[in-house]
Amino acid sequence: MRLRYLVPVALLLGLLVLLGIGLRHDPREVPSPLIGKPAPALSLAVLGREGSLLKTEDLKGRPVLVNYFASWCAACVDEHPFLMQLAAKGVEIIGVDYKDTPEDVQAWLARHGNPYRTVISDPQGSAGLDWGVYGAPETFVLDAQGTIVYKQIGAMNERVWEDRIAQHFGSRP
Amino acid sequence: MIPELGHFALIAALLVAVLQLLLPAWGVYRRDRRLMATAASAAQTQFLLILTSYLCLTWAFVSRDWSLAYVAANSHSDLPLAYRISAVWGAHEGSMLLWVLMLSAWGAAVSVFNRRLPPDLAATTLAVLGAVGIGFLLFILLTSNPFTVNFPVPDNGRDLNPLLQDPGLVIHPPMLYMGYVGFSVAFAFALAALISGRLDAAWARWTRPWTTTAWLFLTGGITLGSWWAYHELGWGGWWFWDPVENASFMPWLVGTALIHSLAVTEKRGQLKAWTVLLAILAFALSLLGTFLVRSGVLVSVHAFATDPARGIFILSFLAAVLGIAFVLYAWRAPRFVSEGELALFSREGLLLLNNVFLVTAAAAVLLGTLYPLLAEAFNLGKVSVGPPYFNMVFLPLTAPLAVLIGFASSVGWKRARVAEVFRRARLPLLAALIGGALLPLLLGHRLLIPAVAGGVLALWMLLTSVQELWRRVRARREAWAGLTQIPRAVWGMSLAHAGLGVWVLGVTFVSLYSIEQDVRLGPGQTAELAGYAFRFDGIVPRPGPNYDADHAQVQIEHEGRPVASLQPEKRLYRATRQVMTEAAVDHTPLRDLYVALGEPIDKNNAGGDWALRLYYKPMMRLVWWGGVLMALGGLIAVSDRRYRLARVASTQPLSSQVPA
Amino acid sequence: MRRNGVAAVSALLLCLFFATPHASALTPQDEARYQTLINQLRCLVCQNQTIADSNAPLAADLREQVKKQIEAGRSDAEIKAYLTDRYGDFVLYKPPFKPTTWLLWIGPFVLLLLAVLLALRFTRRRASPVAPPVVDAQALQALLDAEHREDEGARR
Repeated sequence: MRLRYLVPVALLLGLLVLLGIGLRHDPREVPSPLIGKPAPALSLAVLGREGSLLKTEDLKGRPVLVNYFASWCAACVDEHPFLMQLAAKGVEIIGVDYKDTPEDVQAWLARHGNPYRTVISDPQGSAGLDWGVYGAPETFVLDAQGTIVYKQIGAMNERVWEDRIAQHFGSRP
Repeated sequence: MIPELGHFALIAALLVAVLQLLLPAWGVYRRDRRLMATAASAAQTQFLLILTSYLCLTWAFVSRDWSLAYVAANSHSDLPLAYRISAVWGAHEGSMLLWVLMLSAWGAAVSVFNRRLPPDLAATTLAVLGAVGIGFLLFILLTSNPFTVNFPVPDNGRDLNPLLQDPGLVIHPPMLYMGYVGFSVAFAFALAALISGRLDAAWARWTRPWTTTAWLFLTGGITLGSWWAYHELGWGGWWFWDPVENASFMPWLVGTALIHSLAVTEKRGQLKAWTVLLAILAFALSLLGTFLVRSGVLVSVHAFATDPARGIFILSFLAAVLGIAFVLYAWRAPRFVSEGELALFSREGLLLLNNVFLVTAAAAVLLGTLYPLLAEAFNLGKVSVGPPYFNMVFLPLTAPLAVLIGFASSVGWKRARVAEVFRRARLPLLAALIGGALLPLLLGHRLLIPAVAGGVLALWMLLTSVQELWRRVRARREAWAGLTQIPRAVWGMSLAHAGLGVWVLGVTFVSLYSIEQDVRLGPGQTAELAGYAFRFDGIVPRPGPNYDADHAQVQIEHEGRPVASLQPEKRLYRATRQVMTEAAVDHTPLRDLYVALGEPIDKNNAGGDWALRLYYKPMMRLVWWGGVLMALGGLIAVSDRRYRLARVASTQPLSSQVPA
Repeated sequence: MRRNGVAAVSALLLCLFFATPHASALTPQDEARYQTLINQLRCLVCQNQTIADSNAPLAADLREQVKKQIEAGRSDAEIKAYLTDRYGDFVLYKPPFKPTTWLLWIGPFVLLLLAVLLALRFTRRRASPVAPPVVDAQALQALLDAEHREDEGARR
């Protein structure tokens, strides 16, 4: 009988817990439905190697990072030094130059340095669309089977690397 | 110097708010009337201090004092005076100051108008308002201080967000906040009832005008916000079910329910515990809205710059205020026993149903708004809940309300005579059915079933409201005497209900029959839309005070006759380098013609082709006019003389024994 | 940290509600389908706009995709599936009806049913005549006042 007068308190508690959890999430981040799935088909021209294409199969056999970046992207400059560190440690990073021109990206790489083993061009962003990219930078982590195991939305940094990504690169550096 | 004074006044206000809570509370506990009486002076002092603080911040804006970080971030030396004044509430910190200013204004108003309330009730009410004030003042001083000093002092400000440089936005937030904050008074009354354990017809009568006043401001604020979004954002829409819109709509729905349940509590002594719960809920949803908008937990168009500390603070405050209120409710509400029986087919029965639908609708909006959060918390994936969902769920939940409204005045208290009610409903029902079916055809639209349904419901609400007034006029011998004899409460109710009818009519037609078209036009070229010819006459550059505009000329003709000449603009604000579109609208009660200017097709050739978006929106104005009518209905209802009489009646016995 | 590290309000300004017009090569029926679809899809860059309203480059790409697929004869469901495969249910402003959204879609109506039942039970329960007739406001007020006087008297 008097129990129903307690319903508002109970609802309030539930709501508070929910809002508390909500405070710890970034609502703008859209998790990728591609995690745990094979990397989508890809066939793009390799920058600086006339006539050469990079395909999805070429990504298999070892863990790699696929980093969508662009010369027009400010946050890409922020994460760039860390990518240089990773490259120096021997991590293979494939750069996808997203909605950009070869001239601009060449100049950008010349100025900041090149952390990428290979850079491929996606001038129209069509590969980006297939990979569910909605901005730059975005970084996909692929295991040796070519499966997407993690996606970092926004700039990469030490903490994300240690917590989420390093494990997929095994005991190597 | 002046900013320091403002800062100091704000701190002093906090201290006064603490006194406003403690002294009267102690007084009520000790039954000491002199201590209780301090509540009124504390509330008035607190208001004056916050007003001082607010004026100091305004002065800093007017005098372009870039030494304040908040001023520098939201103003610019070229910003016109009117916008320098409104820029005070242009971002988070200042809008919170406006918020507490209004909270204290409500408190001061209560202390002035409720002098004749039983002293313990008045004291408890003001103490609760003081407690709420403490929370918000602490929030401002600890996490969002607009008086934070900038060092080094910049040469110029970064300018007010161009979106906010618009007359609609000058008045929309103050109106909306008045409504939001106004529910704190009903909340305080509810808590006073719980604390004292007394809840009677007199309590309901005292609470009603405050609730209606808050509601009418909220109605006006939401209407203005919708109008602003319509003509400022250049998207041709007027409501998007965005979290920030829902945040204001949920308290509105519950506040509307509260107004109706208060009537039952006053007239029939029923639904007492329920009314108290609604009063708490309306304010709870206002607080929740503040949290949602200012903590950044949801993606919204109008999120303020977010800071986790603010989110945590508001959440803790929410937990404290509502926790205490609901625990008190669970403890004391069971003693509020209702009197007499409640028959379903009676006015109180219909009002109960009204509450059922309104509260369910509010719950549905809450569920839809929070569902993305819920899904994320339980790992159900990331979802978006947008307009298609809300429209599909909200319409069936609220359509029955429209039917009920038609019986608002013909069904009497206690037990209604079914035959009499239906006899009176026959004529308006018949007229609504015929009118609803004919309306689309008369206006030259295709006949759509939803349009007929919407039209019938709208006319039903309109006609029954008018019928009630007409019946009362005819009851007198002379028409004029009849008109003036109608109590203002009845005028208010009829106007508000008719306003809802007007609103539904507008919404139905604008949602179903709008036409929009994106076109590419060169100078001299014409596009056709809904029988109107839009001729684009090119662009002239036109500088404004703090922006440079591309000013377009568009001539509209209908069947060879000129109808309107519109000048949509695209503005580049110089300080922020931000681009804004200024849509241009030509309107009659029956339709809006709306032109928004896009981009030049060739970026380097402003004399060439441009992208334009054209809209034809039938009955768009009725949506705003419906809102205005509802608010006006509230205003008239509040001015009813029986609220004043009630106070006078309660004065005599009390004042006779004051001198001790 | 966040890419959109700017205050959200200024982010909105980059998100003008304006899409560049497309040269329509669709049949009237397809054009209607196209409009309905793009008005129900959420832009991922300017997250509070449909892709119809947004002028973000990604929104333009997505509109183009939708148009191409309509021209290729794909159904609405196929087009939506194409997008959710890449971006998840987040792109749909109208959430799909599936186990994880049952609560969302059915919840309000269950609630209404419950509320109506409660209200009916309430009126029926109260229909048993036990309570005294309603006291009018004036009388109540007099009572209240009397009570106060007593309080006062007790103190003095």
